Amino acid sequence: MASLPPIDLPAGASGEGAFDVPATDADSAVLFDYLLRLGDDSLILGQRLGEWCGHAPGVEVDLSLSNMALDLVGQATHFLGRAGEVEGKGRDGDALAFRRDVLDFRNCWLVEQPNGDFAQTMARQFLFSTWQKMLFDRLTGSADDFIASVAAKAVKEVAYHEELAAEWVIRLGDGTDESRRRMVDGLDWMWRFVPELFEMDEIATKAAACGAGVDVTAFREDYDRKIRAVLAEATLEAPADQRPILGGRRGHHSEHLGHLLAVMQFLQRTYPDATW
Amino acid sequence: MSGDWPLWEVFVRAKGGMSHRHVGSVHAPDAEIALRHARDTYTRRQEGVSLWVVASAQIVASDPSDDEAMFDPAADKVYRHPTFYNIPDDVKHI
Repeated sequence: MASLPPIDLPAGASGEGAFDVPATDADSAVLFDYLLRLGDDSLILGQRLGEWCGHAPGVEVDLSLSNMALDLVGQATHFLGRAGEVEGKGRDGDALAFRRDVLDFRNCWLVEQPNGDFAQTMARQFLFSTWQKMLFDRLTGSADDFIASVAAKAVKEVAYHEELAAEWVIRLGDGTDESRRRMVDGLDWMWRFVPELFEMDEIATKAAACGAGVDVTAFREDYDRKIRAVLAEATLEAPADQRPILGGRRGHHSEHLGHLLAVMQFLQRTYPDATW
Repeated sequence: MSGDWPLWEVFVRAKGGMSHRHVGSVHAPDAEIALRHARDTYTRRQEGVSLWVVASAQIVASDPSDDEAMFDPAADKVYRHPTFYNIPDDVKHI
């Protein structure tokens, strides 16, 4: 019976207490992690929206949600494909999407939250797309040509996501007693995950310093103003601030992400390299 | 849910210079959402550059039982067709 293959450690690595071997090039390690964050946000939210396919309140809404899902998966394909190149270990976008474990995902907590009802899904979309639009607007000026070009294409897609989600927040908030109650509950669920979007940890700070990334704190006020303007139109109060939940960027996730990955990764895990 | 929403007729302009053509309908709670539903349903594959939506209830349609009086009288007015003129070859879209 064959034994397990030997694990080759790079010089200087202890081989203890690390999930991944340390990257040799500090700059490319930062860029790799930053690309994973961008790609994983889009990938996980795309998968979440895809869960609505066939279950939305109407065929038109089904298409709206699926279209957004496809936009996001397209963005993820670009970002994760590039991440694989930067990493330089032979992993492509599919390998990163389908054969990475939950602790290695770098998406924020907001996008992995469950769909709940339509109002909860739209509350999540509104809070995320408003942020992603502002982020991509600024990433079009990234010093990294690849990130800049993907952002330039994606910002138009995300502008539509933001508008559509805001329209639904307004209609459900300023709708019937039931739709209002559901939107209030949806916003309550998602609100505690907003601060993470504006967290500048070591990787984010380094990425911004080298010009590839941006300082997200620079548009926090714009974001708050935009969110409150839409909520006012929806005749809703912003939820009370709750204890922020942080850590997605470092691989700490809610239990929901594992379940999402189990569904998303099943096929490639069970039948590696399957094509059809 | 969408069964409770009113119906809207959708018109798409395929490209500049062409007229809007009726392509189908969508359910939506109001005009703004109808436009977005039309975008998401009928222009996913670059079908158009401009969209109109019109509340189906606002369309005034001819009554099929009036067909004879409405349309049959035109049947023998062949002289109304511009087929008695020679059209230059380089004139398009006639």
